[in-house]
Amino acid sequence: MFIWALFAGLTAVAVVIVLAPLVRGRRGAAATEDGDLAVYRDQLSELDRDREAGLVPEAEAEAARAEISRRLLRAARRGEPGEAAAGSNRLARVVAVLAVVVIPVFSVGGYLMIGRPDLPDAPLARRLAGAEGQSIEALVARVEAHLAANPEDARGWEVVAPVYMRLGRMDDAAKAWTTAIRIAGPSERRNIGLGEALVAAGDGAIGPEAQAAFRGALAAEPKAVLPRMYLAAALSQEGKKDEAVAAWKALVASGTDADPWMGVAREELAKAEAVAAGKAVTPLATPEAATPPGPTAAEVQAAGQMSAADRSKMIGDMVARLDERLKSSGGTIEEWERLVRAYRVMGRTAEADDAIARARTALAADPAATARLDALAAQK
Amino acid sequence: MIVEVGHYALVLALALALVQSVLPIWGVKAADARLMAVARPVAWGQFGFVAISFAALTWAHVASDFSVANVFENSHSQKPMIYKISGVWGNHEGSMLLWVSILALFGAMVAWFGRNLPKTLLAAVLGVQAWVAVAFYLFVLLTSNPFARILRAPMEGRDLNPILQDPGLAIHPPLLYLGYVGFSIAFSFAVAALIEGRIDAAWARWVRPWTLAAWVFLTLGIAMGSYWAYYELGWGGWWFWDPVENASLMPWLAGTALLHSSIVMEKRDALKVWTILLAILTFSLSLLGTFLVRSGVLTSVHAFATDPARGVFILGILVLFVGGSLTLFAARAGALTKGGLFAPISREGALVFNNLFLTAACAAVFIGTLYPLLLEATTGGKISVGAPFFEMTFGPLMVPLLLVMPIGPFLAWKRGDLLAVAQRLAVVFVVAILGTIATWWATRGGPILAPFGIGLGLWLSLGALAEIAFRIKLFSEPSVAFRRAVGLPRSAWGAMLGHLGVGLLIFGVVAEGAWKVEHVLVMKPGETVQVARFDLTLTEEKTIVGPNYDATVAHFVVREKGREVAVLEPAKRNYRTRKMPTTETAIATFDGFSQLYLAMGESQGGGVAMRIYWKPMVLLIWLGCLVMAIGGAVSLTDRRLRIGAPKPSRVASAALPAAAE
Repeated sequence: MFIWALFAGLTAVAVVIVLAPLVRGRRGAAATEDGDLAVYRDQLSELDRDREAGLVPEAEAEAARAEISRRLLRAARRGEPGEAAAGSNRLARVVAVLAVVVIPVFSVGGYLMIGRPDLPDAPLARRLAGAEGQSIEALVARVEAHLAANPEDARGWEVVAPVYMRLGRMDDAAKAWTTAIRIAGPSERRNIGLGEALVAAGDGAIGPEAQAAFRGALAAEPKAVLPRMYLAAALSQEGKKDEAVAAWKALVASGTDADPWMGVAREELAKAEAVAAGKAVTPLATPEAATPPGPTAAEVQAAGQMSAADRSKMIGDMVARLDERLKSSGGTIEEWERLVRAYRVMGRTAEADDAIARARTALAADPAATARLDALAAQK
Repeated sequence: MIVEVGHYALVLALALALVQSVLPIWGVKAADARLMAVARPVAWGQFGFVAISFAALTWAHVASDFSVANVFENSHSQKPMIYKISGVWGNHEGSMLLWVSILALFGAMVAWFGRNLPKTLLAAVLGVQAWVAVAFYLFVLLTSNPFARILRAPMEGRDLNPILQDPGLAIHPPLLYLGYVGFSIAFSFAVAALIEGRIDAAWARWVRPWTLAAWVFLTLGIAMGSYWAYYELGWGGWWFWDPVENASLMPWLAGTALLHSSIVMEKRDALKVWTILLAILTFSLSLLGTFLVRSGVLTSVHAFATDPARGVFILGILVLFVGGSLTLFAARAGALTKGGLFAPISREGALVFNNLFLTAACAAVFIGTLYPLLLEATTGGKISVGAPFFEMTFGPLMVPLLLVMPIGPFLAWKRGDLLAVAQRLAVVFVVAILGTIATWWATRGGPILAPFGIGLGLWLSLGALAEIAFRIKLFSEPSVAFRRAVGLPRSAWGAMLGHLGVGLLIFGVVAEGAWKVEHVLVMKPGETVQVARFDLTLTEEKTIVGPNYDATVAHFVVREKGREVAVLEPAKRNYRTRKMPTTETAIATFDGFSQLYLAMGESQGGGVAMRIYWKPMVLLIWLGCLVMAIGGAVSLTDRRLRIGAPKPSRVASAALPAAAE
């Protein structure tokens, strides 16, 4: 309610500002000297000063004086319009009443249409100190503030990086891991973190940067399994079929049946062998031949930490991001195909059809792409 | 609560502006002194409420209140304090709030300094001023509300565009707006004169200081913006004929013309109608500039068409005020008394010459800026009108203007004696010719036109100095020269400085354009490159972590004849939140005005791409603008300008009310 008292006070000030001159009576009617005459008199005295200072020769001054005097006379003859009357009391009263009514009604009415008097201020410092300060965003904000002040704190970067991953801020996660590695040097945990962040940021593609990160992890801990799985998956993605088979074979050979990852590794080996043999792979298991096991390998690690719901959300997020990007900045036919397949795999056929339609519009100029889209539409 | 109080205060300011736009004008028409008397206190009140509003938004930015959408979109809790404050006007909504705040400030200042104005004129001026204010309050509140809230406030903002995180950009918009909005006063005076149907010599006197003040701010604002673009964007240029720059140049050209024509009006009671028209045009061009920059029409005509609310609103304001005032002008100009005629060879004649060429140059810029937009809007075809167009049109229009400039102040009012002037300027002319020849000889094989440019610069700056020298008889009667110099009106000193500034500007433009040295290359640490007379060695490349950015810095040692003269560290910053890179140039000044300019590009193949420029005399460009602005300020302190009218004598103020009853 205090805020309304303040509003009332401000409104009262505004009303008084308008009322005061209206009720103050006739003081406002004081006249000033006619504008033109004043200017010409000023010019005359300026001329006199200039002449005394020796700035104008006598003859010139005389001529100027005559000219100004002529204008002065002309202005005086023209005369001034009559000075304004003080004004009728009745008019002033009517206007005063109007001002008292209209100003508050207009301001409060106008404000209520656009303002939010119910919303309190929310300065950041107060929010961080209060209950809101316990939310995950607030914690991240606090760690970020700490890191901005102490950018060389590797531990801080390590803490915040996985949180970024969970919040879907893959680029930030990758950057946090990079910083941690720069400060504290490579390690299995840090390099895997960086690699996975890069993979996630690239929608499952295991690019050269991610591969370098995984290789770094292997250098720090040669027995690490996860990096080898990613690297093997990367070979498949790059179309190096035989090398991929060899990598998976080596991986399977290095473990025992007791290892939790063995099942996945065997499955991937089977898939890789099938691809190498030139067999068609069911689209359901590998959404796209060119980029198959990326997400699958990521799932190995994700399975341990994430619930099924979280996992499908993560995939959904990735697809949504891809969709968003294609919508705003367009993309290649391969990217569109990946989006359509992803929607089909998730069972969202309506959106898949929609994506095909959008792809047709976006790639209308490219006949080859249109043909591929026709084929894709026919696969349904 | 603070935020909402600011919001409410803005609505109250609108309410007061509505009152101010109706009652005083009604008072003028009904000859009612009480209604007219409302104008002054309401103008102050309006400014008071906008000030509260602006302070509230500033508080929200400083306290990182992300429940305010404007703060969330343009601020970041880790941003340095100065940019939290400058971020208030570093975005669309906030800058429009600054716009109306400055408009209200000028209104309040007119109310304050205008105590001695005729009551009807003051009431009409403040009334017209309030019309403009109402339109912009509505624009802010309906389409660009800086106080819009977010229900679930985010914990962190999106940060201010990194290239705006710069001290130059902290003060550039306020200066520019002080200029743009300052011309609204001249506009209000012009429209008030048209409404009243009378215009007198006093009118020019009151308009001139306001125009002059606005012109000084605009000059500084443009110079500041140009220097910012020079060192921040890293392209090494200082003027790009970009529509945003042209948008500020057009009112400047028209305002410069207005400044000169109002002298004729004040001194000779002539050119009245033309001056009124110029006042209207100048502010119209300011509005046009606001439209171009704020509607988004520049990014793309089509982007403007898809989100038209803001653009259409400003376009409406533009059409309303430009169309309305020009219609009023067409209807009433005939009724205004015309001034006398005068000989072509006279001070007035020279000032008319100035006006003709300045407005023609302004028209050239206008066409070059708007034609591509019109073409895109009507046919969809995209063309780009760049520097060559402006060099072919604007340049040739400027040359005669500059050639005549030193002559003007020597001519007498009414009837000038060209022969006498020629005798007085003969020495300057000879020196300018000698300067041209000497420059040609010293730079044989260089650009052909450059020596003429230097000659022009000499002609302008020495001509300006010669005028003062003759007025104080520095050479003929040196003994009294000092006394005469002191006695000389400040407006004469102001004019000299203004013209001298143009001369300095020409030196800078010509030297930078003709003799700059540019090297673009990829360098590895340890490598040395020779640019002009300097040897630059890249010693190392390092990474630095800033408050809200990470930077790659190249460390350069500059040697001249083996002696180390400077250390330069150009950098590339990457701002974390917006993920935007910016170029931080490194600049060292030599010989007083010349600069060595380093900008860093992308790292490639183990080296880093560098752009290295040697820019002779480049600082004179901005120094010239600064001298011009100082000239304006000196002229503004002229006592004859500051006092609008003599104080009414006590007898008169006591006697007249009784007579008025």
